Amino acid sequence: MGSSSSSRNKIPNAQELMDQTGFSSAHLLRLYDRFECLDRDNRGYLSPDDFEAVGGLAMNPIGGRIIDAFFSSGQDTVDFSSFVRILAHFRPTDRNRNKEGTQQELPNSRTRKLKFAFQLYDLDRDGKISREELLQVLRAMLGLQVTEEQLQSIAERAIQEADLDKDDAISFDEFKKSLEKVDIDTKMSIGFLK
Amino acid sequence: PSCHCLPQLPCVYVIASPLVLCWVVPLAVRSLVPVLFPCGFCHLFLDCIIAKESPASLRQEIRGSASCLCSDHEFDMADIFYFCRSGVESIVDDEVTKRFSAQELESWNLLTRSNYNFHHINMRLTLLWGLGLLTRYGILLPLRVTLAVTGISLFLFFTTLVGFLPNAALRSYLSEKVHMMGYRMCVSSLTAIITYHNRENKPKNGAICVANHTTPIDVIILASDRCYSLVGQMHRGLLGMIQSGMVKSSPHIWFDRSEVKDRHLVAKRLSDHVADKTKQPILIFPEGTCINNTSVMMFKKGSFEIGCTIYPVAIKYDPRFGDAFWNSSKCGLVWYLLSMMSSWAIVCSVWYLPPMDREEGEDAVQFANRVKATIAAQGGLVDLIWDGGLKRSKVNDAFKEELQKLYSKVLVGDHEDESERMEI
Repeated sequence: MGSSSSSRNKIPNAQELMDQTGFSSAHLLRLYDRFECLDRDNRGYLSPDDFEAVGGLAMNPIGGRIIDAFFSSGQDTVDFSSFVRILAHFRPTDRNRNKEGTQQELPNSRTRKLKFAFQLYDLDRDGKISREELLQVLRAMLGLQVTEEQLQSIAERAIQEADLDKDDAISFDEFKKSLEKVDIDTKMSIGFLK
Repeated sequence: PSCHCLPQLPCVYVIASPLVLCWVVPLAVRSLVPVLFPCGFCHLFLDCIIAKESPASLRQEIRGSASCLCSDHEFDMADIFYFCRSGVESIVDDEVTKRFSAQELESWNLLTRSNYNFHHINMRLTLLWGLGLLTRYGILLPLRVTLAVTGISLFLFFTTLVGFLPNAALRSYLSEKVHMMGYRMCVSSLTAIITYHNRENKPKNGAICVANHTTPIDVIILASDRCYSLVGQMHRGLLGMIQSGMVKSSPHIWFDRSEVKDRHLVAKRLSDHVADKTKQPILIFPEGTCINNTSVMMFKKGSFEIGCTIYPVAIKYDPRFGDAFWNSSKCGLVWYLLSMMSSWAIVCSVWYLPPMDREEGEDAVQFANRVKATIAAQGGLVDLIWDGGLKRSKVNDAFKEELQKLYSKVLVGDHEDESERMEI
């Protein structure tokens, strides 16, 4: 005794979201349920403390930065379409391209995934990862488990390897180059179920 | 003529309610269950949005293939992907947050409150739903409220009466009867259709009974089968009155708000009660908060430190007839009870499990986890290590430190002197 769902009515701009992110309507519906579940006060948008309530995120060393990635451009609320657009970065890359070819690049392309990861390093969004920013990320991931000297030497090594134009910072292109052998698709994708 | 009818109407209700609620509705539900819902009992909910592969350990993922065990792993810009991905995965779906909201059903049971994804697309379904609404709110709800009010009033009246008796033995005998009557009336007023399994394992005197917690109704369901001593905070208002009434005739353990904070006092009162073998078993819900009946969360070790026999009980509700989970952040107790009374019925199974004792060399936490695993296995629930207190508070930093430690071991922990520093 049941009837199938009619998803479009609940979600604003559903078709547009599907085209721009590549999610199917079933995915959008499940994500909408999740959005509502996280939005405990039923305000229609999420704020940073809604994210902080997720256990798995609170114990993640870079949890704070991931949350910041959702709240770009100075806003302090996230509505459903922004939520979905960010999560779209984590869709596995499509093996089969559309016959017509895509007009715009989907968020889950290799470059866009890399850009997302780059933003986690580049806090001040100036397009470069400075030595100080790298140190901050390392401190977050390692906490008090290593000494300051060890941190410095790790950061030094990383910059020397990746910094090709020797400006003591890593630009996005240098970042991309240093990761060209890495299988980004596997590492930066979540297995969304049908 | 109309004022002649008026006094008769409540009488009709009072007489009709036990008849309808104790006989007709359970009969209907029990016979309808195999007809309407031929599929199985428990596993009806849509669970996951992502396929969680076997959790690759941090070490495996960052280091790559297992063959390079000898060389150190240098920090790689790509290391951040692991943390990034697992962080976003938990935003999309995590084990804990979804336990604090009601579970979803695969097919609709004609209750609007369970209608998450379903849309009326044909007339017949809407008609059925309307009919159901009329039945539930027009017939079932008033009958149930009447029975509940009658039951509670009778209960308060008789417990006060029994409390005046001088003879202790007679008093405890009668109070047991009165309590059972009260609970059975409450069970009928909610039309709770309970199947008890393994009654030979029913808790005995001088022990502690432990169960998973979904709703305050758990108490009524268990207590209608045998008498327990309850433990809890003293409330105000109607509930406080009921609590005072209960304690006049039988030994419940109600705390003042100020005493609750003092764990030693609590433990002392519990062990004193348990040491007296003539007293009823104590009923405790170690999770400390209501969980949505798909999982069992961390058991607080307090009751397992006392050192007496523990009788575990697993309670599993059938969500098709009415969702019993009380989401205290979404609605208050009175609203919850009314919505329970306007569901179809509350169908549940109670399994009495064999008694367990703390083994040699086992500490309270391990014992608690062992009991929890038994309950989860019997009820078909997921066994989680997380604390139910996460419903209201945030994860503490100890977990974050664990991850940081793991990662640092991968990076630098292979050197002799370093690994010494890592061990605490």
